[in-house]
Amino acid sequence: MRKVWDLIGGVHVPENKHQSVQSSIGTLPMPKELVIPLTQHIGAPPKLLVAEGEKVLKGQVLAEPKGFVSAGVHAPTSGVISAISDHPIPHPSGMAARCLTLIPDGEDRWIETKGTEAKGLEDYREHSPEELLNIIRQSGIAGMGGAGFPTAVKLSARQPISTLIINGTECEPYITADDMLMRERPQEIVEGIKILAYILGEPDEILIGIEDNKPEAYEALEPYLKDTNIELVEFQTRYPSGGEKQLIQILTDKEVPNGGLPADVGIVCQNIGTTYAVKRAIQQGEPLISRVTTVTGKACQTNRNYQVLIGTPIGHLLEHNGFDESQCPRLVMGGPMMGFTLEDLNIPVVKTTNCILAPTAEELPTPPPAQPCIRCGMCAEACPASLLPQQLFWYAQSQNHERLEAHSLFDCIECGACSYVCPSNIPLVQYYRAAKGDMRKLAQEKISSDRARERFEFHQARKEKEEAAKLAKREARKKAAEQARAKAAANEDGSTEGNVSGKTASSPADDIIKAAMARAEAQKASPEEQREKLKRGITRAESHVESVQKRLDGLDPEATDKQREQALAAIEDAQLRLNDAQQKLAALKLPSTRSASDSSMSSTPSSAEKTVMEKIKASPKEALEKKIATLKERIGVTEEKLAEADDESLKTALQNGLDKQQTKLKDAEQQLAETPNQLEAPTATPETEDAASVAIARAQAKVTAQASMSDEDKLKASVESLQNRLKKAQKKLTSAEAEGSEHIDAFRTGVEKLQAKLTAAETQLQQDAK
Amino acid sequence: MALLKLTSPHAHTAQSTANVMQLVLLATIPGLLALTVFFGWGTLINIVLASIVAVSCEAAVMRLRKRPVMVYLKDYSALVTAMLLGLALPPLAPWWIVLVGTGFAIVIAKQLYGGLGYNPFNPAMVGYVVLLISFPVQMTAWPAPLPLYPDGSSAPSLWQSLQMVLPFLNAEGIDAFTAATPLDTFKHNTGLLVEQLYQKDPLFSRANWAGIGWEWANLGFLAGGCFLLYRRVFTWHAPVAMLGALVVCSALFYDGGSSSSHGSPLMHLLSGATMLGAFFIVTDPVTSATSNRGRLIYGALIGVLIFIIRSWGSYPDAVAFAVLLMNFAAPLIDNYTLPRTYGHKKSRRATEKATEKATEKKD
Repeated sequence: MRKVWDLIGGVHVPENKHQSVQSSIGTLPMPKELVIPLTQHIGAPPKLLVAEGEKVLKGQVLAEPKGFVSAGVHAPTSGVISAISDHPIPHPSGMAARCLTLIPDGEDRWIETKGTEAKGLEDYREHSPEELLNIIRQSGIAGMGGAGFPTAVKLSARQPISTLIINGTECEPYITADDMLMRERPQEIVEGIKILAYILGEPDEILIGIEDNKPEAYEALEPYLKDTNIELVEFQTRYPSGGEKQLIQILTDKEVPNGGLPADVGIVCQNIGTTYAVKRAIQQGEPLISRVTTVTGKACQTNRNYQVLIGTPIGHLLEHNGFDESQCPRLVMGGPMMGFTLEDLNIPVVKTTNCILAPTAEELPTPPPAQPCIRCGMCAEACPASLLPQQLFWYAQSQNHERLEAHSLFDCIECGACSYVCPSNIPLVQYYRAAKGDMRKLAQEKISSDRARERFEFHQARKEKEEAAKLAKREARKKAAEQARAKAAANEDGSTEGNVSGKTASSPADDIIKAAMARAEAQKASPEEQREKLKRGITRAESHVESVQKRLDGLDPEATDKQREQALAAIEDAQLRLNDAQQKLAALKLPSTRSASDSSMSSTPSSAEKTVMEKIKASPKEALEKKIATLKERIGVTEEKLAEADDESLKTALQNGLDKQQTKLKDAEQQLAETPNQLEAPTATPETEDAASVAIARAQAKVTAQASMSDEDKLKASVESLQNRLKKAQKKLTSAEAEGSEHIDAFRTGVEKLQAKLTAAETQLQQDAK
Repeated sequence: MALLKLTSPHAHTAQSTANVMQLVLLATIPGLLALTVFFGWGTLINIVLASIVAVSCEAAVMRLRKRPVMVYLKDYSALVTAMLLGLALPPLAPWWIVLVGTGFAIVIAKQLYGGLGYNPFNPAMVGYVVLLISFPVQMTAWPAPLPLYPDGSSAPSLWQSLQMVLPFLNAEGIDAFTAATPLDTFKHNTGLLVEQLYQKDPLFSRANWAGIGWEWANLGFLAGGCFLLYRRVFTWHAPVAMLGALVVCSALFYDGGSSSSHGSPLMHLLSGATMLGAFFIVTDPVTSATSNRGRLIYGALIGVLIFIIRSWGSYPDAVAFAVLLMNFAAPLIDNYTLPRTYGHKKSRRATEKATEKATEKKD
């Protein structure tokens, strides 16, 4: 006989179990409707897979687990989902939550893929524990003892498991669901235990904990445990020996560390009902669609256990047991110690419903008003967690959260032993629940306020840093300007020496600024420059549109819609920018043809000056090198795509793109090569070798070239390019229409826009010609 | 009928505060019987008088506090206070002694602090100490045990006793014989060895173990206490610790029975209010330490204090003072004697701050 340890504290509660074990586990007629709450477990709500009005078959997945700690639900019978709506669920608060209403069709037909009967694995040992865990997970099994924690999660502990404990204690009075399961289906339970042991990597110890008030269950299980390493351990009946932590302590003398899990001490605990459900899921392929529930209490004529479909309304259950509502002041789901009252007979049976207790007023009298606590300490004697309930009560009343924390309020398992023994009838557990709720809420609030404070502090720090950086920059600029002024003065003094001493005397930064200023001057002087810039912008935008479109074309035909959408959005964006640039150009052209001193012009040079300043700061050489690098990169990508492309037209398109890119690369490389040469080209400033001035020089050269081009020519060129683009766009549109692409609309608007632009450009051209 | 919304647990023991109080009252009977047998009707009269005063005071205060009077009277707590004070007061004490003591206990010590469950000091002991300080003559006049009455005089009858307690009933000519208690005897002993004292003084020479009458009264309270322990009204920790500490102290200072001895452990266990204190006063849950560990400390310190005051203090008995002093200390003891909660490596302190916990977790 194995040594067992004593339960700390605990109480003897009248068992009242004999009433419901007189007859075997029964079945009930099919209810008119089943109400299946979407979430019947602890964890993330599952993802709904069916719609209202959908016909479902028995065992069909109604919702699948979403996230690691989650469990799905299955159709308990075949029928029609008549509603997916909020409905009262079994919850102490009596709240409503998302439920599926299933109207059974009476055929009770299993889902097709499994034939007329669900099929499971013939030999689970041929499958890996991971596969079995997945089956358990997909079968919607969650702890059936009361908490409803997803079983697969509990079984996939990272810690090595040395002991598997099967909880057959069922210490709550009245409840006999597990007792009856053990009596009637011992073989299947033992099979289930073997499966669990296999999944857990065959722990050294497998124990079934059972209270000594269930000799029938003990005898039923015993024969099936011969030649196994499963040990049946009997111990004294005392509430709450069936609490997971308490059972572990009774059987192993180990304690689950504060804030930890049984797995931390190498233990996994599973309930009898859960074990049975695991067996059904693995070997019969049957998801969790029904469970054994005790219907008891003197307000019911018959007290019995039933194999109840999940979702069966409580009222249906009671109705078939001669329930007399007038005799029943309160209806309890669960046992008399930890169960909660129900206020609605339409509340359904869920995975965790082990008992429906309908007591008469004599059986469980309404509690008398609470008297003052005399600190008699009976609660402390009864507490299985060695807390001081009287002190907790005191501090809960005064909302002294610090003291509650120090008195380990959160180690309270809410077993109700303290309230049970309290001679003053104080609803202690309720005080603890309320205090816990408050403290959790405060903790949450504290976390969020801490976060807000951190954010604010970080923000402040960043702002300060930015201010400091700005200040430093300003100082540096000031200093630089002073130096430049000083140098300029020096230059004026000895302009003849400037050519010689310039190289050594001036720092590159000064030169850049100076050059930029010079350039801005130049810009102000010539609107031509401005126009040229805009033109360049347009070209850039056009090439961007092109490249994006190319990208779109080059997309794998099976590319996701998202990618396509992104590409299309990019095109839209590019075209908008292009329009913008063209409008600006048009605006610029008008004054330039008539008068250079239009008032609208006055603002543009200054903004242009800014952009130029910015541009000029980056040396052209660097920019060129960067450009080359990106081009090379792009070429690489295009080549890759080309290699992958299998479509002929796609290939040619890609090839064209590649050719263009390569030409661009060559140009850029040539430019780079030329850059040092150009340094020697004569310019207005003495600092000829400076990179910035080179850029200015080049730009100026271009401007003169542009200036020589008449406006009419420019417009013509623009019209030509527009016509080209329109052609292309139309081609694309036709091909899109041929393929029946869903982006036809986008293409069509693109074409329309282009046409509008073209007409505008043509009219302009005609007007200019006049 | 609408279904009720109630919170778990739904089951409840039949035990109530009133039951607990009734059990306590019941458990005093053996001690009360012994006192009555050896000291006459006085104690019973005390108790009846005290009960009337206690219930009236309780009812009056409840009415003033606008609470349902009967609900509070039914918890029997006032009667328990009256009973304990009645047992502690000297038999045949004048009526106003009982009135003042009980009134003070109920109104000041109990109700002014908030009533049952909120009083920091044991009301009966507060009443007793108030009387002892205010009226030392009346409070130290214990009648002689009936067997020690001089030849020819008989024990006062019930009517005579009543006349003594209520002098307005014309009590002329009736007088009770008072005598030193065993503790008094030891306090005033200067030249005799313990052995000689036991031989010479009929208080000891005619007793079995520790003073005629007193030993039986104490054994009676011990029996009542064992009954309460059996019924799990309280735990063994505080009384055992108190008696243990008293035994250890008295053994240490027994001094081999010399003339300066403070008395044997057995004498200390079975005289004065030792057993009444151990099982009916020290175990008062409202005013004692909360945890079992705390109760051990609380009880032991009371035992030590009792011995110190008995031996070197100016009052003959010390239970009331020792208990009241430790009532002060009980909350402090509570702070440092939390039990080790399931899943924790060691017990915590009630004064623990959230920050301390964080650092503890880091360790």
